[in-house]
Amino acid sequence: MAVAAAIDVRAALLDALRAIRPPLPIIADEEGLKPFETDALIAYRETPLMAAIPESEGQVRDVVRACRRLGVPVVSRGAGTGISGGAIPRGDGVLLVMSRMKRIVALDALARTATVEPGVRNLLVSETAAPHGLFYAPDPSSQSICSIGGNVAENSGGVHCLKYGLTTHNILAVRAIDGDGDLLEAGSRALDAPGYDLMALLTGSEGNLGAITQVVVRLTALPERTDTILAAFPTVRAAAQAVGEIIGAGVVPAALEMMDGIVIEACERFMAMGFPAGAQALLLAEVDGVAEEAAEMLALVRGILGRCGATEIRVAASDEERARLWKARKGAFTALATIMPDFYTIDGTIPRRCLPEVLEYVIELSARYGLMVGNVFHAGDGNIHPCIFYDANKPGDWERAEEVGGLILERCVEVGGTITGEHGVGVEKLRQMCVQFRPRELAAFHDVKAAFDPAAILNPGKAVPLLKRCAEWGGMHVRAGQLPRADIPRF
Amino acid sequence: MANDFVTDLCERVATAAARGERLRIRGGGTKDFYGGALQGEVVDMRPFAGIVAYEPKELVLTVRAGTPLAEVEAALAAERQMLPFEPPHFAAGATIGGIVATGLSGPRRAYAGAVRDFVLGARIVNGKGEALSFGGRVIKNVAGYDVSRLMAGALGTLGILTEISFKVLPLPPAEATLAFELDERSATAQANRWAGQPLPLSATSWEGGVLRVRLSGAASAVRAARERMGGTEVADATPYWSDLREQRLPFFASAPALWRVSVPQTAEPLDLGTTPLVEWGGGLRWAVGDVDPMRVRTSAEHAGGHATLFRGGDKSAGVFHPLKPAILKIHRRLKAAFDPAGILNHGRFYDF
Repeated sequence: MAVAAAIDVRAALLDALRAIRPPLPIIADEEGLKPFETDALIAYRETPLMAAIPESEGQVRDVVRACRRLGVPVVSRGAGTGISGGAIPRGDGVLLVMSRMKRIVALDALARTATVEPGVRNLLVSETAAPHGLFYAPDPSSQSICSIGGNVAENSGGVHCLKYGLTTHNILAVRAIDGDGDLLEAGSRALDAPGYDLMALLTGSEGNLGAITQVVVRLTALPERTDTILAAFPTVRAAAQAVGEIIGAGVVPAALEMMDGIVIEACERFMAMGFPAGAQALLLAEVDGVAEEAAEMLALVRGILGRCGATEIRVAASDEERARLWKARKGAFTALATIMPDFYTIDGTIPRRCLPEVLEYVIELSARYGLMVGNVFHAGDGNIHPCIFYDANKPGDWERAEEVGGLILERCVEVGGTITGEHGVGVEKLRQMCVQFRPRELAAFHDVKAAFDPAAILNPGKAVPLLKRCAEWGGMHVRAGQLPRADIPRF
Repeated sequence: MANDFVTDLCERVATAAARGERLRIRGGGTKDFYGGALQGEVVDMRPFAGIVAYEPKELVLTVRAGTPLAEVEAALAAERQMLPFEPPHFAAGATIGGIVATGLSGPRRAYAGAVRDFVLGARIVNGKGEALSFGGRVIKNVAGYDVSRLMAGALGTLGILTEISFKVLPLPPAEATLAFELDERSATAQANRWAGQPLPLSATSWEGGVLRVRLSGAASAVRAARERMGGTEVADATPYWSDLREQRLPFFASAPALWRVSVPQTAEPLDLGTTPLVEWGGGLRWAVGDVDPMRVRTSAEHAGGHATLFRGGDKSAGVFHPLKPAILKIHRRLKAAFDPAGILNHGRFYDF
């Protein structure tokens, strides 16, 4: 009976999607659906019932309406770079693939806005704006491949959030198809819009409140000058103190990144960066702005780093040198991953003053569980990305890594932080949502969902756990050789 | 004591909801003029005051909703920090909760961000009498829907704000104001050209043929920008900007009706039937006098914006801009979920 009903739904859905005018590609064969089984959280895989690849808002609307009528779930997928599983398909649903909606509809240099379709790559926006002296500020580390629709769905951050904000601060308007198949125009090209701030809800909603069809992003003037400075410290505590001193002095750096001893060791082993012996923490700071201001800030930061006990300070004087300093941040894990291919990345955020305490706890867990943990922080934001290395071929290793990750996130909540700063909940952190929120807040989230999607067809089961399923648990499982998109930077 | 207030508030709301009695949430009452007619028994939030946590090095401030705005600003100023959205008081006694509920930002908004941009977390009591907590005290947080930002500008219709966490920023060390004689169209275009360059703009205003531009930042940066931009330096301009924020300038005096017209910054001069005062690099245009409401709304809409009857005038035709049907549908559903009895600030925002 159930099988027969499922076949009927599949046939009816195929008919409905094929009836959409103008027609759009529908993929319904197993071979063709293979590439869409997962996103960058590859521990979870599912073959969707079918995939639809629209190229217009009208087609997105018609797909959602067909699904609404037949009670079929819809999952939106951008570039598939999400690492919490937000775009993992459902076996009983349609995957809405936005990759053909990749037009930059308009760029208005005077208004400092770009109107883009959801499939436009993040970096392309900045590249297109550059000749006008403008850029799009949010820069998740996957920015060369991730798309704007996904950025809005996840409220993506990046390394420059402290000064330039998250996606939610850098968009003006969003067009989306809600769960009823209605077009929502949230926000506006003005600096505010009448009514409730629905754009705030749509941003970071992980595809649960609407399928995004267009975004107006705000562009920012490129800074006249950027200075990068890298300092080595004998202890994490000293580096963390420097972070507080810099911000306390009235400096809002464009970036403030910290790396721990494991990372320094990797730098030494693989890149011979020549840091002082005994260095246990690196701090990478970037200041930018009007030339005079950046220079003033650089001098200030340099002085603070010295006073806080930095044993070595390197300042980049050219783009080439800047790239070399960033190598310590970006290159070390790539190097580490070549010898330790399996790792699990955590995404907690904590009040900055708790950095030393939480990091010490991570080190303690690392010793207790016998797993190597490397730490990279967006220190300025208090967003930590401990990377737990394990061996997937060793029985029990992954389970231990998962347990360590869970304990770290629970500590993040305990000290007043959050389980996810920028990667999203997806399917990966549903269990930790139950740690962070009480049933009454989770119920309010479900109410919000129902306001946009009463039939619960948009990406159901992601982002907010069902109250009765608060025991669900998952994890990011990066597995050498089996990893699609192994190239995606994950932190 | 603190918990007692919230516990009592929850009980009071639950009782009112059961009886269908409307409640009117009030701080200092400095923005009673704003929005639709006031209805229901007053819930005075002023007793629930005080800074809960403020760690300047974290750039994070947590404060109870009834705390006077002046007190919050003084605490921040003592650490050389500020609320970057430069909120208007409009009279003595304005509370921080009222600022978030009305969602009103001042002159710096176009260059630093709005109230909603700096809200990190909020505790509320919803219309069912449940105390809820959303967001947090950290700068990056994507767990759950962004309900705390939703509270900014919702005029208390979805819940009573009890505690709010903000991101704050350092006070700029130096400030200067330049003046340029320009007509409205040229002034707006010029302000937008400058905004696309790495200049430390923090406010603009155009009225009576004069564009004023405020620069804020490091002393060296302000000096360099001043040289690059030209114009006439206005000595001691601080009172001008606070008078603009507080609507104490002669432009605002004794107007029968004041319209707030929010449009894209690059919009051409609007057909309002009167010459506006223009802020936010063209994004905010104030119109005073006996203007035709339909004309103002139509002009705003044609330009891609919206109009609010900010003060005075005939409120019977609605204060806020009409919502499109699909958007209105979501509003009604959210309201029904957060305040099913429809008792919180009924009619203050729209007809719910």
